[in-house]
Amino acid sequence: MTTEYMNEEHAAAATDDDVVLEVTDLSVTFPSDDGPLPAVREVSYRLRRGEALGIVGESGSGKSVTSMAIMGLLPRNARVEGSAKVLGQEILGLSDKEISKVRGQKIAMIFQDPLTSLNPVYTIGYQIAEAVLAHKKVSKQVAMARALELLEIVGIPSPDQRLKQYPHELSGGMRQRVVIAIAMANDPDVIIADEPTTALDVTVQAQVLDALQRARRETGAALVLITHDLGVVAGQVDRVGVMYAGRIVESGPVEEVFYRPRMPYALGLLGSLPRLDGDRSDRLTPILGTPPSLRDLPEGCGFAPRCPMARDLCHQEEPQLLLTLEGGDRGPAEAGDADGHTAACHFSGELTGVEASDLFQATSVDTEGVGSVAEVEAAESLIAEAREEYLEEARAEPETAPETAGSTEPEVLLSATDLVKHFPIRSQGLLRRKVGEVQAVSGVSLDLRERETLALVGESGCGKSTTARLLLNLIRLTSGELTYMGRPLHGLSDRRMRPLRKDLQLVFQDPFASLDPRMAVADIIGEPMRIHGSGHRDARKRVKELLELVGLNPEHGSRYPHEFSGGQRQRIGVARALSLNPRVLVLDEPVSALDVSIQAGVINLLEDLQDELGLSYLFVSHDLSVVKHIADRVSVMYLGKIVETATTEQLFRAPAHPYTQALISAIPLPDPIKERTRERIIVTGDIPSPANPPSGCRFRTRCPKFAGELSEAERTKCVEEPPELLDRGAGHRDACHYSQVVELI
Amino acid sequence: MSENGMFGSTRPKKARKDTADRTQLQTIVLRFSRHRPAMISLVLLVLIVLFAFVGPLFWIWDHTVYKEIPSNLPPGGDHPLGTSAAGNDVLGQLMRGAQQTLKVAFSVSLLSTFVGSLWGATAGYYGGRVDALMMRVVDIFLIVPLLVAAAAIAGNTGAGASWSAIALIIAIFSWATIARVVRGVVLSLREQEFVEAARASGASAPWIIFRHLLPNAAGPIIVAATLLVAVAILAEAGMSFLGLGIQLPDISLGQMIGSARTAVSTRPWLFYPPGVLLVLICLTINFIGDGLRDALDPRQTRVRR
Repeated sequence: MTTEYMNEEHAAAATDDDVVLEVTDLSVTFPSDDGPLPAVREVSYRLRRGEALGIVGESGSGKSVTSMAIMGLLPRNARVEGSAKVLGQEILGLSDKEISKVRGQKIAMIFQDPLTSLNPVYTIGYQIAEAVLAHKKVSKQVAMARALELLEIVGIPSPDQRLKQYPHELSGGMRQRVVIAIAMANDPDVIIADEPTTALDVTVQAQVLDALQRARRETGAALVLITHDLGVVAGQVDRVGVMYAGRIVESGPVEEVFYRPRMPYALGLLGSLPRLDGDRSDRLTPILGTPPSLRDLPEGCGFAPRCPMARDLCHQEEPQLLLTLEGGDRGPAEAGDADGHTAACHFSGELTGVEASDLFQATSVDTEGVGSVAEVEAAESLIAEAREEYLEEARAEPETAPETAGSTEPEVLLSATDLVKHFPIRSQGLLRRKVGEVQAVSGVSLDLRERETLALVGESGCGKSTTARLLLNLIRLTSGELTYMGRPLHGLSDRRMRPLRKDLQLVFQDPFASLDPRMAVADIIGEPMRIHGSGHRDARKRVKELLELVGLNPEHGSRYPHEFSGGQRQRIGVARALSLNPRVLVLDEPVSALDVSIQAGVINLLEDLQDELGLSYLFVSHDLSVVKHIADRVSVMYLGKIVETATTEQLFRAPAHPYTQALISAIPLPDPIKERTRERIIVTGDIPSPANPPSGCRFRTRCPKFAGELSEAERTKCVEEPPELLDRGAGHRDACHYSQVVELI
Repeated sequence: MSENGMFGSTRPKKARKDTADRTQLQTIVLRFSRHRPAMISLVLLVLIVLFAFVGPLFWIWDHTVYKEIPSNLPPGGDHPLGTSAAGNDVLGQLMRGAQQTLKVAFSVSLLSTFVGSLWGATAGYYGGRVDALMMRVVDIFLIVPLLVAAAAIAGNTGAGASWSAIALIIAIFSWATIARVVRGVVLSLREQEFVEAARASGASAPWIIFRHLLPNAAGPIIVAATLLVAVAILAEAGMSFLGLGIQLPDISLGQMIGSARTAVSTRPWLFYPPGVLLVLICLTINFIGDGLRDALDPRQTRVRR
């Protein structure tokens, strides 16, 4: 950067001992009808120049409120106490006018949603220039030149054209990079990024994180990265703070916290995370209970009610955030070594060498509804009973009784050949003429065998959800063939399809939209049975069993969906799908909307149900870590086509298609050393529109191999000839003319 | 409530034990009974209905002209609400008028809501061409001015005299607004996953419309239905005024107001009783609609007082 900037940096370094942001005992309290709500309690941290601090926590832990308080962006009624100093200047309690000079200039913020953080009526160039002009007295031309320079830094292709475009003309990843450009417009000393990549696909996330790192390098700014994604934290930051119930409960260098957690909560979080580098046989360990209500915090340690190590002391006295020392001792944090590994746990010493699975139980019961180990055991025995009854009932129906136990090759249940679905695009006028079509699914073939989990993976817009609905005959095929146990499904009328619906059921992504808010839970679960002509009394009785089966309290049937949490609702959705004794469950992103500690319980439940009830799953997901954990086979989709199919083992060990490779390498590993040292294949750009897909190989526009390795003649083949899905041996199939196995994990 | 969004779903679970044991109907009744304006309105409306339908049995005068009745008497004595120029007892007229008005208003509201909701929900659920066709029909009914059409029909059939014919005519030209409201709501509801879930279980279109779409559209439907009561009362008054509605010697509130409009300052007893009663009917029905809407929505936790 300019020499002027360098001088500034040195001046600051000399006077402030390199600390750019110092937060001390920051507390935020919101008044509410039911009394004060302590959202953040005594948070302290220090950030040196150029350093990156990650703040992780689940929803409601207070991580966003902390940064909003520092930026002075909280509503007026919030009571903020403590201190936050930027370059030695106190910024809490500044007037609006004064803090405006600090915001943008010294401290900048990047928000989660790039859709709403840009103004739709101004061009990109104007909005970046505006940020420059707010703090510097320069001409408009200079500001525009700076805008152009910034767009180049964050890696936006053809930036001179982009300057004149409006936000809606840019994709989500592109917009987030514009937001980063705005944040770095005035060379701030601190950038606070609040979940900057949560709304984005993984390959785009990798691009944006890359842009964020470049922005840091260019400006030398320190970074506070707020996220719920432990993988992102592992790769991006130097130090990490874990927040729980409004407090930092553990902090330290990222390797320390990830490899040697000293607070049971951090350990539990890591244990509940499905890992790309993990083993399928490892069971996930959810944390019992739910985070405490901030209104009604328990006495003593906030985590004690959920902690398997909790003793009397934990329920009486809130542990302080103290330095953890070698040999398990705890000592007060000295002013000088705030960078050490601190933890707020009375018994942090006992966690030396303890694994998550030693401490937490790998259970599939509804962990949000139970509070103690004893309750888990009781619930587990209920589940086991319910499973017995369920199986008995399934056997009573001769139609669905599995008869193929003797044969070695599992039977193919659901088979699709060349599924095609095009959605017409119609003109706006009265005639609504067809002016084009969205090729959502273009020739997908797959087989789902008995008792297996086939995962369908891809980024948003790749057609995986459409495929899932095609398989259930919920939308009409444009062309292709679909059979269930040899019987063709395509072209069946609704009436003739109805008996088959008993066998093929669907679980949805959104636990809030998938349950009718006006129906009691018992009615929701019993509805499929009533549709298929069950009597009211039979349905009632069975609803109780089903609730037990998915680990919920069977007495809660008369409640309404809004009285349950996300994870519990998802269990209700599973119970509804199971009510007809199906053989195939299509799961459309069943755990994407859930927090990690809750997600783990639902994944365990799905695994158990499959083992015990002999179900087959088609598991649609964008999350490769979850897929690796649960699937037997994986099909990767890109722009309406399957580009690679293999067993989970094969796919993750030896991915052959460049897109699969890019996808795997874009997933952040929750392991700092592995994450920083692994090979990366970064793809550029965004998914093209399915209304106008590229000719030949659809991935070629983003393919790193196409761009870097292939000769002109080879490229011509990619452009002209769509690659077929060919077997490379042992059932590993990929659709690339020049596929080559790469090892990535 | 911002804290709900910010701090996730840490809902207290113990406090809800009591709701668990009740049936759905009991819950709805309980919720409604806690809605104070709605309860007061309900009591008032019941009183008005009793006044209109049972009152005439106990009052010596009906709404017709008697030569025993002196004209233009102010309220008091034998005629608590006074008398008209022609020699009617105003109290007797008021009872009969309220009766006829209520009959028309409720019939219109029920009929239009029933037809309109079904029509709108069907159009919205099927979408596409079915929707386009059904909504064009709605448009036709919307653009024809009610009074002109009513005049044309009533003039040709001579149906002007009976309240049921008048209710039918008004209903024919007012169901379309409800159809439009319901269709709009259903268009967004049918994209919800719970509708897809029902389809995935094999539910038929009528099942989905009656069990999922209409219950979830209950709020807007109830609001539209209560508004329609007021609209029907006004339409009937307008028709009576044009000589197409309920005709003398029979009487409705609208007609009473219409004929007393020149006497507001000279003989206020002719104008205010029917006017106040009309406003009361409209208000009470609106509040009852509010109460019903809240009571039927299981998500509504806050009780208004």
